[in-house]
Amino acid sequence: MLTYIDKIRQIAEGFLKEGTVDMVIGFRRGTLPLMNEPCLIKRPEDVKKLVWDSNCGINLANYLTNRKEKIGIVAKGCDSRNIVNHIIENKIKREQLFIIGVPCKGMIDRHAIEALFPSEIEEVVEDESRIVVTGGGVEQIWSKAEVLQENCTICIHRNPVVYDELVADLVVEQKDVDRYEDIRRIEGISPEEKRDYFNDLLSSCIRCYACRNACPLCYCPTCFVDASRPQWVGKSQDPTDIETFHFLRAFHCAGRCTDCGACERACPMGIKVRVLTKKLEKDCLELFDWETGMDVEKRAPLRTYSPDDPDDMIR
Amino acid sequence: MLFKNLIEYMGLEPGRLHFSWISSAESTKFVEVVNEVTSAIKALGPRKSMVKTPLTDIKDKATEHVDIH
Repeated sequence: MLTYIDKIRQIAEGFLKEGTVDMVIGFRRGTLPLMNEPCLIKRPEDVKKLVWDSNCGINLANYLTNRKEKIGIVAKGCDSRNIVNHIIENKIKREQLFIIGVPCKGMIDRHAIEALFPSEIEEVVEDESRIVVTGGGVEQIWSKAEVLQENCTICIHRNPVVYDELVADLVVEQKDVDRYEDIRRIEGISPEEKRDYFNDLLSSCIRCYACRNACPLCYCPTCFVDASRPQWVGKSQDPTDIETFHFLRAFHCAGRCTDCGACERACPMGIKVRVLTKKLEKDCLELFDWETGMDVEKRAPLRTYSPDDPDDMIR
Repeated sequence: MLFKNLIEYMGLEPGRLHFSWISSAESTKFVEVVNEVTSAIKALGPRKSMVKTPLTDIKDKATEHVDIH
C-alpha cells in the first residue's frame, strides 16, 4: 500500500494543475502516530503533504457534504460506498467528483495497538506486512493481520465501487467471510443478558459524540442530540439516556451504514459501537437484500416501499 | 421491522412492543388489539431497564442523604 503515495500525489498534482478540480481531499501525516488526518489540498505544490498508509481509517466522504467545488477525493472501498450514498442522498453530485480509487488492504486498529503496547507510542513504521511500533525505549513488531481493524478483517468490498482513476491494480476481495458471527451470538442470548451486555458495553460512554462526528452519514444541520427545542433525548450520563442516544444514532444509519468503522475508530473510550450498526446492516441484507453504496441508481430500503416488504410484526 | 429488531436486540423483551394497522372502521379489531397488548404487557410486568430515574427520585435521595448527616 505504501507505493500508493507517489501515485496519489501524481494524480492529485495533475488534477490541480489542469484545473480539473479545485481541491483534493486526502490524508496527511497526523500529529500523533496512528492518526493520519484528513486534509484539503488546493495548490499543486502542496500535494507532497498527501500520504497513504494503514492509518487512514477516517472516512473522507464526511468532508464532501454540501460542497459546491469540484473535488478530487482519495477513496478506499468504504469511502467510495459512502460517496455513492452521499450522491444518492443529494449531498454531492457525481459530476463534481474526481475519485482517486485506492484498493485497500485494511487499516490498523489504533485501540488494539495502544492496548497492546506497554509504553507511550512514539513512532509507528510499516512495510507491506509488518507494523513496527516504538516508544519509551521499547520496540514491538506485529504482522499487519494481527492488528487489523475488526471491520477490515471482515471487509468484502476493499476495492472502490466508483472511481475515475485507480492508484494500483484492484486487490482480491476476501471470500467466505462470516461477517455477522458476533451479531448472531448477541441475538441468541436472553433479553436480560442482552440488557446487561449493552449496559456494560455503553457504560464508559462520555457522550462526546465523536462517533457521530466521524460518521459520514451524520450531516443534519442540527443533530437530534444537540436540539433542545424539542429535546429528543436526555443529555445526562444516566444509563438510559446513553442507551437511547446509541440506539437512535445507530437507527439513523439503518440502510446507510457501510461498516467503515470510523465511529469505532473515533471513540476515545474504545466502545465497540459497530455492534449496533452492524445489526442493522445484517437485517438490511437479510430482509431487503440490501448492501449500502453499491449502486448509484438504487434507493435505500427505508426510502422505498414495496408490497413485498417484510411485515410479520404488524398485526 | 428494523426498529423492532434493533430495540429487541438491545434487550427489550419480545411482546412489549406492538405494531398494528387498524382502520377507523375496525372497532372490534381495535378492542382486540388493545386487550392483547395490555394482557401481554401485564404478563411481562413492569420494565426494569430503559427506564430513567425521575429527577424527583434523585432529589428525594439527595435530601435523605442530607437528613442523615
